[in-house]
Amino acid sequence: MKKYIAFFRLRFSMGLQYRTAAFAGIITQFAWASMEILMFRAFYQADADSFPMTFEATCAYVWMQQAFLALFMAWMMENEIFDSIVNGNIAYELCRPINIYNMWFSRSLANRIAKAVLRCFPILLVAAFLPAPYGLMLPASPAAFCLFLFTLLAGVGVTVAFCMLIYMVSFFTISPAGIRMVAVSVVEFFSGATIPLPFFPERLRRIFELLPFASMQNIPLRIYSGDLSGEPMRRAILIQVFWLLTLIGIGKLLDAAAMKKITVQGG
Amino acid sequence: MITLEHVCKTYRVSKRDAGFSSALKALFHKEYEYIHALDDVSFTIKDGEMVGYIGPNGAGKSSTIKILSGILTPEGGTCRVNGLIPWKNRIEHVRNIGVVFGQRSQLWWDVPVMDSFELLKEIYRIDTLSYRRNLEQLCHMLQLSDLLKMPARQLSLGQRMRCEIAASLLHSPSLLFLDEPTIGLDAVSKLAVRDFILKLNQEQKTTVILTTHDMQDIEALTSRVILIGKGQILMDGSIENIKKGYHSTEEALADFYRSHDL
Repeated sequence: MKKYIAFFRLRFSMGLQYRTAAFAGIITQFAWASMEILMFRAFYQADADSFPMTFEATCAYVWMQQAFLALFMAWMMENEIFDSIVNGNIAYELCRPINIYNMWFSRSLANRIAKAVLRCFPILLVAAFLPAPYGLMLPASPAAFCLFLFTLLAGVGVTVAFCMLIYMVSFFTISPAGIRMVAVSVVEFFSGATIPLPFFPERLRRIFELLPFASMQNIPLRIYSGDLSGEPMRRAILIQVFWLLTLIGIGKLLDAAAMKKITVQGG
Repeated sequence: MITLEHVCKTYRVSKRDAGFSSALKALFHKEYEYIHALDDVSFTIKDGEMVGYIGPNGAGKSSTIKILSGILTPEGGTCRVNGLIPWKNRIEHVRNIGVVFGQRSQLWWDVPVMDSFELLKEIYRIDTLSYRRNLEQLCHMLQLSDLLKMPARQLSLGQRMRCEIAASLLHSPSLLFLDEPTIGLDAVSKLAVRDFILKLNQEQKTTVILTTHDMQDIEALTSRVILIGKGQILMDGSIENIKKGYHSTEEALADFYRSHDL
């Protein structure tokens, strides 16, 4: 365990040193969030009643999403991992007494958390001081906030576990580009990154909510904004834990299979 | 103790002629060629030996090193390193070996070298006392003191290579694989690395397997040479066997390769 924590620590401290990237990210996310909120405002002005979430809740959803973007965006995968598989640098990592899956998992988790920590505070702070209904409202209750934190962590876990599947599949294909592109678009659409899942038609939404993608950002963001509570929330959390364990399980199986037939490329 | 018996490894390589029409053809029908990287390779290396493993490009050197370090599974044959089958007991096996791939880097690119070392300390669970002792010794022998605080990306090749070698030895492995450790180094760095390897072998009795194209490396370091070509062992003995009658080992070796049609 300790060695994986060491990986976490090193990747985390490494992530903290990219200050300019973080600054640029913050600006982008501000601009993006403002545009999205303005767009929703136009829709809500037309007919606020026909939307499944209140405008306030939608704004909170957008701000939280942008503040914690680094935790959930599937396209933020680690190029170094892909590179090491493609060019064979993985040889070194295989020469260590460690499990590749656990190592990459802790490493990706650290990378996402480091990025989010650097970026979230300015966004949260400014959003909190914006006038209602455009700003970030307080969570529905202290209990809801605790559940938000819990599902936030579980959600990152699901996201990382999903990305791990793609890393692992790269062991079996020569180039990871294709599968990566497909996976990223699928996640974007089905996870509620483009528009929140409640905005989808009822029957579609019911199916979407069973998929692993809904267990990423959808649950914590909606718990925070108060859109998800009571029985549906309990069900959602159960599904989330199920997917977390299942995706890790599948990843571990792929890991075992990859280790058996591995070919390190290049001389 | 390393024993390899009748080890075989075949790679499937996709192949096509250059040009657009053959690319189009390959879209529907792919042709593969099977390359026998290792074809019935056997040898034994005793503890504390220093062995040069040489051969022309594409002879199977790297494949052998990969099999010995547990990251490649051969199709046939048996291999035991200190009683363990490398690819079956990978995690247990790699605890006792150190590997330097001259063409790759194990240091984390954007952080100081020291951070990579600290990570290795945790990975190999080196206790603090022996870690400090090893680090001090390595720093002294490879002159690293000034380099440890620099990010790996800002080191020159020679400086980085010295750090790479140190990184592979922090956990005091009993067996060290060096895959072209002096590639691209200047004369001073080369001599420093050679001296160091020699001392390591003499003082710590570390078994060293060295692959290189630099004949001076071989002459300076190893008494025994295993020569491989087209996946087969062609010679196992002293480099003097080949050198007979030639002035330079380089020429002798080139002639040897030519006479064996390599």
